[in-house]
Amino acid sequence: MYKYSLAAAAGVAAILASGSAMAGKDLDAIKARGSLICGVGTGTAGFMLADSQGKWVGLDVDVCRAVAAAIFGDAEKVKYTPLTAQQRFTALQSGEVDILSNNTTATLTRDTALGLDFTAITYYDGQGFMVNKKLGVKSAKELNGATVCVAPGTTTELNLADYFRAQKMSFKPVVIEKVEEIRAAFFSGRCDVYTTDASGLYSTRAANVPPPAKPEDFIILPEIISKEPLAPAVRHGDQQFADIVRWTQYAMLEAEEYGISSKTVDDMLKSDNPTIKRILGVTPGMGKALGVDEKWVYNIVKQVGNYGESFERNVGMGSPLKIERGLNKLWTQGGLQYAEPIR
Amino acid sequence: MAVEALGTTTRAKVAPWNDPFIRGWVFQIVVVALVGLLAWFLVSNTIENLERQKIASGFHYLEREAGFEIGDSMIAYSPSDTYARAILVGLLNTLKVAVLGIILATVLGTMIGVGRLSPNWLLAKICEGYVEMFRNVPLLLWLFLIYKMISEAFPGPRQAINVLDSFFLSNRGLYFPVPIADPIHKWMGLAFLIGVIATFLVKRWAKKRQDATGQPFPTIKTAIALIVGLPAVIWLLDGAPHHMSWPALKGFNFEGGTVIQPEFTALLLGLVLYTSAFVAEIVRSGILALHKGQTEAAMAIGLSRGQVMRLVLLPQALRIIVPPMTSQYLNITKNSSLAIAIGYPDLVAAVNVTINQTGQAIENILIIMAAYLSVSLSISAFMNWYNKRIALTER
Amino acid sequence: MADVAQGERRQLAPPVVDTGVLGWVRKNLFSSWGNALTTIVLAVAIGWILANFIDWAVINAVWTAPTGQDCRGHGACWALIHEKYRYIFFGSFPYEQQWRPLLAIVAMLAMLILSSDRRMWNARLLWIWGVGSFLTFLLMFGQIHISISLILFVALGVGGLGMLMRGAVGTPAEVNGWRALAAIGAVGLVLRVTGVLPAWSLPIAPFDYVETHLWGGLPVTMILATYGLLFAFPYGVLLALGRRSKLPLIKGLCVGFIELIRGVPLISLLIMASVMLPLFLPSGTTIDKFLRALVAVILFAGAYIAEIIRGGLQSLPKGQFEAADAMGLNYVQKTALIILPQALRVVIPPLINTFIGFFKDTSLVLIIGIFDFLNTANQALVDPNWAGFPAEVYLFAAFVYFCFCFSMSRYSKYLEIELNKGTRR
Repeated sequence: MYKYSLAAAAGVAAILASGSAMAGKDLDAIKARGSLICGVGTGTAGFMLADSQGKWVGLDVDVCRAVAAAIFGDAEKVKYTPLTAQQRFTALQSGEVDILSNNTTATLTRDTALGLDFTAITYYDGQGFMVNKKLGVKSAKELNGATVCVAPGTTTELNLADYFRAQKMSFKPVVIEKVEEIRAAFFSGRCDVYTTDASGLYSTRAANVPPPAKPEDFIILPEIISKEPLAPAVRHGDQQFADIVRWTQYAMLEAEEYGISSKTVDDMLKSDNPTIKRILGVTPGMGKALGVDEKWVYNIVKQVGNYGESFERNVGMGSPLKIERGLNKLWTQGGLQYAEPIR
Repeated sequence: MAVEALGTTTRAKVAPWNDPFIRGWVFQIVVVALVGLLAWFLVSNTIENLERQKIASGFHYLEREAGFEIGDSMIAYSPSDTYARAILVGLLNTLKVAVLGIILATVLGTMIGVGRLSPNWLLAKICEGYVEMFRNVPLLLWLFLIYKMISEAFPGPRQAINVLDSFFLSNRGLYFPVPIADPIHKWMGLAFLIGVIATFLVKRWAKKRQDATGQPFPTIKTAIALIVGLPAVIWLLDGAPHHMSWPALKGFNFEGGTVIQPEFTALLLGLVLYTSAFVAEIVRSGILALHKGQTEAAMAIGLSRGQVMRLVLLPQALRIIVPPMTSQYLNITKNSSLAIAIGYPDLVAAVNVTINQTGQAIENILIIMAAYLSVSLSISAFMNWYNKRIALTER
Repeated sequence: MADVAQGERRQLAPPVVDTGVLGWVRKNLFSSWGNALTTIVLAVAIGWILANFIDWAVINAVWTAPTGQDCRGHGACWALIHEKYRYIFFGSFPYEQQWRPLLAIVAMLAMLILSSDRRMWNARLLWIWGVGSFLTFLLMFGQIHISISLILFVALGVGGLGMLMRGAVGTPAEVNGWRALAAIGAVGLVLRVTGVLPAWSLPIAPFDYVETHLWGGLPVTMILATYGLLFAFPYGVLLALGRRSKLPLIKGLCVGFIELIRGVPLISLLIMASVMLPLFLPSGTTIDKFLRALVAVILFAGAYIAEIIRGGLQSLPKGQFEAADAMGLNYVQKTALIILPQALRVVIPPLINTFIGFFKDTSLVLIIGIFDFLNTANQALVDPNWAGFPAEVYLFAAFVYFCFCFSMSRYSKYLEIELNKGTRR
């Protein structure tokens, strides 16, 4: 009798196998599918947020749109899958998403033991603390004994423990998985401190403070206690796809470095500068080497913009978050963003 | 005519493929082979996938430093302890919730089950309403509701509700004073155990004496004297050390004393209220299954309703109640895993963080399943033993 | 001598305080001092709670409001529900097409309600469920492509079953018909798997395709519970039969499997399915997250159903088995025609209770990120403009669950009485 249920199971497996895409390489699967599946967070204003029409906008979202523009020539050929911090790695490992672009910090463990590959750094960040002004705290060193809201399974959790140990202070954690509930717990007073990447703190303060409280009621403490290089991640195994993602990011930086923006790119096509001609594909060869259309950078810049435009629009002075470029300036202006040359 | 001699039964000679014995074994071997094939298919895929993605495997990560803090722990734990210790903390928290939940749910459920059979119509209907309300709504929903109510209804620590300057109720939990650890507590614990064992022995002796001579013995008073008195005597002999640790607001939170956190409270309260509804139904159907003559006879000899319930009905109903009760106890243990939804650090939550930090899903899930299986099997084994003990010994 | 003439005695009515409403009150609420005290205390407590609740929930409640700010400071903010009910019920399903999940819910309710009518308990049930399920999935997905492998597989299954069931009973023509169907299925599948037969599917595409990660709310809960249990049912039957088998290896396998699944919480199975299932399958095959949750629910439900059916099988008198053997029925015929119909009749009420339990347990898929009804209700609280009203949302969700589960449990009690009418003396 049991063998019939096994036959059924084997049959179902066979049907599923024959029905779904039997793809060996990730890039082939993506091309066959005709769209990129982008794993994002559940809602961090400025980085990855779905507006009321269901359209996703943000800095991390722009990375996915740029990759789609490079591969398909159309930045809208992306499907977004919201993931919590606990689900994100297994979703990427299991093939549920092609690329993880949700403010994930690149670390050694994640690069090795988790089977992931980080590409270029989207945003140089660090971990900070946010408290209510009413507590009268001016520095993170005054936080001994505080109750801290933190998400599980993140570098935030580990850095927090390390920092308090190093400062010989103690704290009580409130560990909640969903970022919306962490924010609710912080704003309702369940915890004194909210800790995450500084970009997340600015985003929360700008967009998620529930009335009647106001963003001015909260202060982000000056201490930055860790390095948080936020980069997109792909699975081990498909080098070509990883290269495309990395070079898409470099392309946006190169474009800003050479003054190519979504407004000027059409004019730049007529430029005589050999570097610009090479970047924009007027001189062919770069696209072919990468395995994409020669106009890949043109598509990226035209539809998404260069790094500077994306930054300003989403998290910079042109947005409610008003974050300074800081470490994310180009190297030519003293920042850390340095693209490898497209040649 | 051939007549078979009496007493000889020979197996009819059939072809091997019609012989049920051989067919049975062939069928079993085929099934086991198919299951083995399926298992091999799954395992080989898993190994191949793990290698391809370069995900680590093996249990060595258990000796690595955990690096994360746990909010509510029964044993000493710091982020520099190993993953193994973190998982142990989670397991202890699960056991704590399970044991407390079982005890409280049994007590509350029995009271409500008996209340449903009360002659007072209002009480019976309220108990019925309670049972229907809790049984028909998911446990997770109750947990969220209770947790949100606790978090949002209670004030922050600086405006905490203050009772006698010793008990503080806020949205960080209930703080209350505890005695500071003193070496005499070990001896008091020992005295408590001796008191409990002595109570059992006294109870057995008293029952024998009552069966033989009919004289009742004040067992309950003696029990209280032994269980409370013996440790109290030891305490007094040592000079009655009464240094307490008082909670006081220092900076952000209360220091000192001990705390019952809102997550724990919400989980325990949710589990107890939910399961007690099921326990109430089990108790009620157990009592209703008894012959009505028992109640009538007991009342005819002059016992009050309370005595009827306590001395006649409940002991007999126990036999009917114990098997379904076992599954409710198992349910409490397994439902405690919902702690992950409200942030209480139980076993599943601790292992979940470990999966995320180390990437090794399979080993960790095996740990969860092994832990829950052992706890479930122990509870069932204990309840089965108890069931056999109280079963009717028939001819 | 007493000479009370017949018919002259005046019939006195019983005392007023012993009959009618007053009598009932006296007997049930005030029969003794303790009772009276309890009644008074309870009545006061209930009255106070009810008064406050109605004050909060009805009298001072805000029924519509443009933003959350306007809702604060009054009683219950039902305006939040008014604002977000479509998200709570249907999740992120495309806004204009939400009539589709609504109709899917109606279809599933219709299937369940029709199945509850005992007049339908025959072959009509297969038609109801077949058509209803097809409609439900067509509405939710929008487009169904029935692959040739599925058609062939169904042919094989149905043909095989027909062969086994009617092998000794039907006319040669009929049995040959079943054999032919099974043969077509088997041969076709072999050709398909080896690649000789090309991939082809029957497209049925009346609406836009909506992927499972956009599904949410009540349809997700109902689909997980209904189809989880439906698919778990045959597998539970097989496990129960295997556990009762005398063949030691089969029995060992089934017992081990059942005890393993029943000993672990559903959460661990859900986490296992969502995390480990992709590792178990050959690289490159992806399984939909919704399907993973469904598989976990099916595995879990099967073990519980197996135990219940085992109880039913145990309750049958041994004579039934022996008589079936004596008539020469083989194992499949005996089980399918004699044993199972009787055993299943006995266990229908516990099975309905299992369904109620699973309807509530589907709320656990929240943990793996699937938007069932409880999860969408939870998400509705997240909007910072409407923050601070957890009680309203959760009470509303509780009310919906209560309606479903309470009606099902009432039906189960009614059914139990009905089915036992023949056995009561």
